[in-house]
Amino acid sequence: MLLIPLVGIGLILLKSPPKIVAIAAALLNFTFSLVALMQFNSQIAGVQLGLNIPWVHLPGLPEIRFHIGLDGINLPLLLLTTTVTLAAVSVVPNDIKRPREFFSYLLFMSLGAIGAFVSFDLFFLYIFHEFALIPTFLLIGIWGTQNRQFASMQLTLYLTLGSLVLLAGVLALVLALPVQLRSFDLLVLQRHLSQMPLNDFSQQTIVGFLLVGFGTLVSLFPLHSWAAPGYAAAPPSVAMMHAGVLKKFGLYGLIRIAVPLLPQGFDAWLPILLVCLLGNILYIGFVTLAQKELQTMLGFSSVMHMGYLFLGIAATNETSLSGVILLMVAHGLSAALLFGLAGEIQQRTGENRFAELGGLAKRAPFLATAFVIASMASIGLPGLANFPGELLIFFGGWHRFGLGIMALVLWGVVLGAVYQLRAVRKVFFGDLPARFESITDVTGTAQRGPYVLLIAALLFLGFFPSILLQVITPAVKLLLN
Amino acid sequence: MASGWLLFAPLISALACLVWLRRKHDLAMFLSVGTCAISFAIAVALFVGAIPVPQPWNWISITGGVANLTVPIGWYVDNTTKMMLLVVTGVGLLVHIFSIGYMAHDEGRGRFFGELSLFMFSMLGIVVANNFVMMFIFWELVGVSSYLLIGFWFQKPAAAEAANKAFLCNRVGDFGFLMGILMYWSITGTVMFQLNAASASTLATQTSATLTTLGVLLFCGCVGKSAMVPLHVWLPDAMEGPTPVSALIHAATMVAAGVYMLVRIFPPVLSASVGAQEVIATVGGFTALFAALIATQQNDIKRILAYSTLSQLGYMVMAVGIAAPGAAMFHLTTHAFFKALLFLAAGSVIHALHEEQDIWNMGGLWKKIPITFATFALGTLALTGFPGFAGFFSKDEIILAAYEKFPCLYAIGLITAALTAFYMFRLVFVAFFGPARTEKAEHPHESPAVMTAPLVLLAILSVIGGWSILGIHSYIAGGHAAEGHQPGHSLTLGLSILAFAVGSLSAYFLYFNKKSDPIRISLFANKFYIDEIYLNGPVKFQQAIARILAWVDNWIVGGCLVRGTAFVSNLTGEALRLFQTGSLQAYAFLFSFGTILILYFTLLR
Repeated sequence: MLLIPLVGIGLILLKSPPKIVAIAAALLNFTFSLVALMQFNSQIAGVQLGLNIPWVHLPGLPEIRFHIGLDGINLPLLLLTTTVTLAAVSVVPNDIKRPREFFSYLLFMSLGAIGAFVSFDLFFLYIFHEFALIPTFLLIGIWGTQNRQFASMQLTLYLTLGSLVLLAGVLALVLALPVQLRSFDLLVLQRHLSQMPLNDFSQQTIVGFLLVGFGTLVSLFPLHSWAAPGYAAAPPSVAMMHAGVLKKFGLYGLIRIAVPLLPQGFDAWLPILLVCLLGNILYIGFVTLAQKELQTMLGFSSVMHMGYLFLGIAATNETSLSGVILLMVAHGLSAALLFGLAGEIQQRTGENRFAELGGLAKRAPFLATAFVIASMASIGLPGLANFPGELLIFFGGWHRFGLGIMALVLWGVVLGAVYQLRAVRKVFFGDLPARFESITDVTGTAQRGPYVLLIAALLFLGFFPSILLQVITPAVKLLLN
Repeated sequence: MASGWLLFAPLISALACLVWLRRKHDLAMFLSVGTCAISFAIAVALFVGAIPVPQPWNWISITGGVANLTVPIGWYVDNTTKMMLLVVTGVGLLVHIFSIGYMAHDEGRGRFFGELSLFMFSMLGIVVANNFVMMFIFWELVGVSSYLLIGFWFQKPAAAEAANKAFLCNRVGDFGFLMGILMYWSITGTVMFQLNAASASTLATQTSATLTTLGVLLFCGCVGKSAMVPLHVWLPDAMEGPTPVSALIHAATMVAAGVYMLVRIFPPVLSASVGAQEVIATVGGFTALFAALIATQQNDIKRILAYSTLSQLGYMVMAVGIAAPGAAMFHLTTHAFFKALLFLAAGSVIHALHEEQDIWNMGGLWKKIPITFATFALGTLALTGFPGFAGFFSKDEIILAAYEKFPCLYAIGLITAALTAFYMFRLVFVAFFGPARTEKAEHPHESPAVMTAPLVLLAILSVIGGWSILGIHSYIAGGHAAEGHQPGHSLTLGLSILAFAVGSLSAYFLYFNKKSDPIRISLFANKFYIDEIYLNGPVKFQQAIARILAWVDNWIVGGCLVRGTAFVSNLTGEALRLFQTGSLQAYAFLFSFGTILILYFTLLR
């Protein structure tokens, strides 16, 4: 699966038609990930369908192994990645400038994301994520809109610094072990550390680094400033890939590294994490309310929703963590859908300010329906995938934190409905300005396909969350003891 | 599994209509009405006990840990459920049939019927749910179908605003409801309505403060859905939706879901907490009086009925609060008949007058649209508690229940009954009698049979619905209804007839044959200025906070960091430009090389 995007990039560079090759590569990977789901044995909680071969053994360093595999935690994220990649490459307009590079970079992002999720070696986990970030910077810097220079510069700064802090944390973790036990392999580390945990001081220091590092990547308050302007400036397909997929890497890292390996350190940081995640939910919730442009609002909204995911991680029980994985998938799908549709709106009207838009439902019923469904998913309506995810997080969160904190968290659900429905109202309902009389709807299979795919996935998981939960929950339980 | 089609049929219809049949109006209509008829048939079969309920299956199940959660999709069916199913599918079917005529010329009929089916699916899900989470799922889904149907004519800014308002008010209520559900689960360890002995005793041994908190939080859901004060503001605005929607969703069924939920959880939760009961009874009684006062000064025919609905819902909620859930369900049932009738008849009037809704632009309609008039009049008599009609029995039951425990609510119940007679007869005298006040009112046309037939059927039910020979009341109360032998029975009987007489006669003297309203009470006409207070209070406040925080975020959280690194950023900007040539491989190589270097320097000591 890692090879396919590479082959795709190769073919594109060899002057094959880029969009077709990109879609074919994405489709192939999507099929493979579905096959992986079928092949996956949910009776086994551990890693399966993997590969573990020595890669390099540099003198003085622990051996770096190319260790990849699937378990109940990364399999859902792999499915998310391939689904969103397929949708993202399909919505790129045919007349994009420098198409070869654009599609190569998109596939490179996808490759990096897949690699980061399936790696069980810290070195590869980190490097693959970096590989995915580089094309992100370039895609926003070159193909972006509005103030792309500033946005991509800010995003690059934040994410690069965040990655450095993260790297420091990972190194500190490896260094904290006695020399003969040092390893980059997550499973080996977990085996060692469950037998003899690190002392409290090391745990706390390392978790501090990891929280800042991963937190920046996931736009944890107050490290979120890069996100909204970045997504507003990014081309729709890039916003879909980053907000939908790549951003989840930070959460994934916390679940893989901080929660199982450093439980005491994580507990020590809990009060601060709670303040930060309430900042995501309430502070950013209010900030989102004041936004006047569609893409910026969606950017802030995606920052806000990270608060729920952090809450689920903070609660650290099998219910809340199962919810986190499910909501990561659901949020990825719904955020990708929203950013994609916002791109269609901007492309058709040349406008993204709420004050100038209105009444589009009359001319573009498909666009309106899809946007309403995406909005309903985003605000956690039952029947769509986000609801069971949020629900499990709320139950798990209540179990850990009780009435006081949960009352604050749940008020975010009201705030979310306020801004998301206002967006629907401003863009699609009311009077249609005369200059938009002639806009066209999203028509035809090729144009509608990616959106139908995302909506179908949201609906399917909303009705049958157990399909994923049956693989997620055993893996989460294994992680927690 | 035959009974499963109760839910599947409308779901299939909703999906088919909304995805494929948006432009095939007649097919959508046929499918929607047909599936509603299937649901009705199944409800009847369940009522007579001809078919079993379906097996439950686990939607979510996480067990063997610290925070176990199992959410089944399963049915809980008792007499209350069966009666509610009959009401929802029966009234639903009549409204579907009425809509064939009412929506005949609308361009969005396919969408309309699809959304109506979506509503039926969600509403029936609430009724059969056997646990809190399942109820909450369908609870939210009726919310969204209500949102879609209120905003059906989305080009009208008023309709779009009303849809948002309805959704948000419900969200605020659900905020409390969800907390209540979480709290119930953390106490009992389950989300099921039916508790096993261990969970039940855990619940019973909680402190009264805990139980009151739990009861009040769960009641929040009812406050949103059944539009109790202070979240009542969305229901009158919801009248922007098509009139059949107002009849089915915003009068007969969905808004009653809050009451149904309270009845469903009465034992074990509410019955254990006197504190919660008092809160519920007070809010209900207050809403009943408050909305009736506003209704006396409204001029829009649908809004008068909307405030009347609020007031009647207040009665039902009050009944639950004074520990008479049977009376609440009885009134819910009769109210569904006569309020659906009144709305549909009002729809027939509006249809006849080409979208005229102001009663002062009507007049003298009684002989021009006789069927509509006759059915509307019967509905009015049923609502106002004319002796022998449905509302007479069910409303008296509630007032009587308050007699011993809450003299204050007893008085409120009677005063509201008088006010109800007053505003309803004001409406009848102004709209149907006197001279025609406008050109439109001179030449109305009676509606077609597809619209009048449901009116006639509902009128019959409104008349006979309360008769004990039908046994609706004793069926709901499980045969324990103590008919007519409670203390204060004859006194209550006398007083409520007096209330009817006072209300209707004063309406006659004030409004019969009048050209304009002789009374002006701006406080009532402006709904106690609640909308203005909300708009200038909480809403403005929230917007102000949002603006301030957005400014802070932009200039302080974002600004400082960026300004602090302005120097670095210039460099990065330059560096980025180098890479805009697209030399991705080089960059990737540099990165891995750099990482390995760092690894070396730190690990190799």
